[in-house]
Amino acid sequence: MESVGNIILYFVIAIAIIVFSVLTVTTRQILRSATYLLFVLFATAILYFQMDYQFLGAVQIAVYAGGIVVLFVFAILLTHKPGADAEPLSTHRRWLGLSAAVLGIAVCGYAVFSHAAFCGRQLATVADLDMATIGHFLLSTDKWGYLLPFEAVSILLLACIIGGVVIARKR
Amino acid sequence: MNLTLLMYLIPSLFMFGCGVYGFITRKNMIAIMISLELMLNSVDINFVVFNRYLFPGQLDGMFFTLFAIAIAAAETALALAIVINIFRATKNVDIQQILKLKF
Repeated sequence: MESVGNIILYFVIAIAIIVFSVLTVTTRQILRSATYLLFVLFATAILYFQMDYQFLGAVQIAVYAGGIVVLFVFAILLTHKPGADAEPLSTHRRWLGLSAAVLGIAVCGYAVFSHAAFCGRQLATVADLDMATIGHFLLSTDKWGYLLPFEAVSILLLACIIGGVVIARKR
Repeated sequence: MNLTLLMYLIPSLFMFGCGVYGFITRKNMIAIMISLELMLNSVDINFVVFNRYLFPGQLDGMFFTLFAIAIAAAETALALAIVINIFRATKNVDIQQILKLKF
């Protein structure tokens, strides 16, 4: 049995995620779309905190909400007139998108609900995950270690920096 | 009432559906990137929730999400740089009017 606060928090998160994701893809103003994306990302971060992954929630807020959304806002302000509405969608395109989304949700929903017994598991309590454990996992070469992806990501970020400089450079 | 694994998969499922819808219907390149972020984020939620409920002693899903966030950040930065560069060349970010790769 969960505490009442946890259940209320779950419903707030779930409703916020669903409502704001729908608003993100349906609003006509692109800057609002980015703002709703920010709300979705915050709700996701709260979900991570609820799952007891504090570090992941902090990363989500710092990288997604603090980094990516700011980048989006900069790009939007550089390329759009503020307050300009997007063109209305053609009905053909809207039907294509709606049918793809509904079909995807139906297939995945069927898969999820047909394993409802398997998915009915409850949250097991785990010991608090401290930074030292995460650091040891990230830099270990043992069976559950993640040193290779860690280094690969660092090379990827280096490539990303070089690519950014090459693309943005004045010719 | 208990919070089960299923209950966390439903918002993530809807988030992915919204991402698919936006990815197909939007014409603006930045809006397409935003829809892409929605899809990536819903997959991240799935990783974390499956890890937390099915394998609470291990951390694999958490690390997958961590790396997915890092890669998404890198990818977004580069993609937005490309979008801004295209805008400089054509004064346009509409995906249907950009038909050339080289200007």
